[in-house]
Amino acid sequence: MAIDKFPVEASHIMMFARSMGDENPLYHDSEYAAGTEPGAIIAPPTFMQASAQFDPNYFLRPKPGKPWFGSGKEATTRTASIPGNDADTDDKKSGGGGILHAEQRFEYHRHPQVGDTLHAKVRTGKTWEKEGKRSGKLRFTETITEYFDQNNELCVTATGVGVTTERAVDQ
Amino acid sequence: MSLRAENLTPGSSHNASLVSDLKRTQIVQYAGASGDYNPLHTDEVFATEVAGYPSVFAHGMLTMAMTGKMLTDYVGDGRLTQFGVRFTNQVWPGDDLEATAVLQSIEEHDGVKLANFEVTTTNQDGAVVLKGSAQARVD
Repeated sequence: MAIDKFPVEASHIMMFARSMGDENPLYHDSEYAAGTEPGAIIAPPTFMQASAQFDPNYFLRPKPGKPWFGSGKEATTRTASIPGNDADTDDKKSGGGGILHAEQRFEYHRHPQVGDTLHAKVRTGKTWEKEGKRSGKLRFTETITEYFDQNNELCVTATGVGVTTERAVDQ
Repeated sequence: MSLRAENLTPGSSHNASLVSDLKRTQIVQYAGASGDYNPLHTDEVFATEVAGYPSVFAHGMLTMAMTGKMLTDYVGDGRLTQFGVRFTNQVWPGDDLEATAVLQSIEEHDGVKLANFEVTTTNQDGAVVLKGSAQARVD
């Protein structure tokens, strides 16, 4: 999911900070932020994840007129495939597998701030397999996303590891 | 507010409560802000009847975001240089989470002091839900 344009915006940072329960005025008060070491409203450490909002094809966002696998009249829309699952499965209950987030790493070269317009380049890293005790065979895939600013300088390198499970993780 | 290297020794630690009795609504808030609308996190019917889980569960990235708040409150704003985690257990509505950073070492490159921390987030039963590391610039 390459992202052409990810504008770092004040209200987005405010909502993101609220969702994680962070009332630090750095994330919603530009006058306060001007007097801090960063000197401006900056992105919280995990904010690059919210670049999904600016990926036009992001698969975990429902889109008008397109099938969506969440519940409506039925518990799931069978015509929509569940990401990470075999689409031709007959047994609804076997829909327990799927992609889960196993690891995430961020390297900060510069913390993005309000007013930056980022773009991201994405590449696939390593892949590996493992037999899981609680969810069957596990397939791991690493995705490396580099976020550059408007001057083409690297701000954040994000490395995510997704795991595809055979079935719901046993509790 | 930032940390001073001379006040830190390996084993120095900081901990904070991240949330108590995590609400489904907060998970919905995070879905809206992050853009990750996977129904496993917000759609109880889908999560239980289709995916086979006991209820919806939090995005791993919400736990990482809340753990990040513990870190930025401790090391200061804009001071993190690295933050990486593994998600080791799921986080459920109703969970209480607490996060701890323990200093491992301090290194210096070109006059910049960097503190390396081990980071752990646990739930009310003591189960580790997130484990990783962070590095921050200190004075």
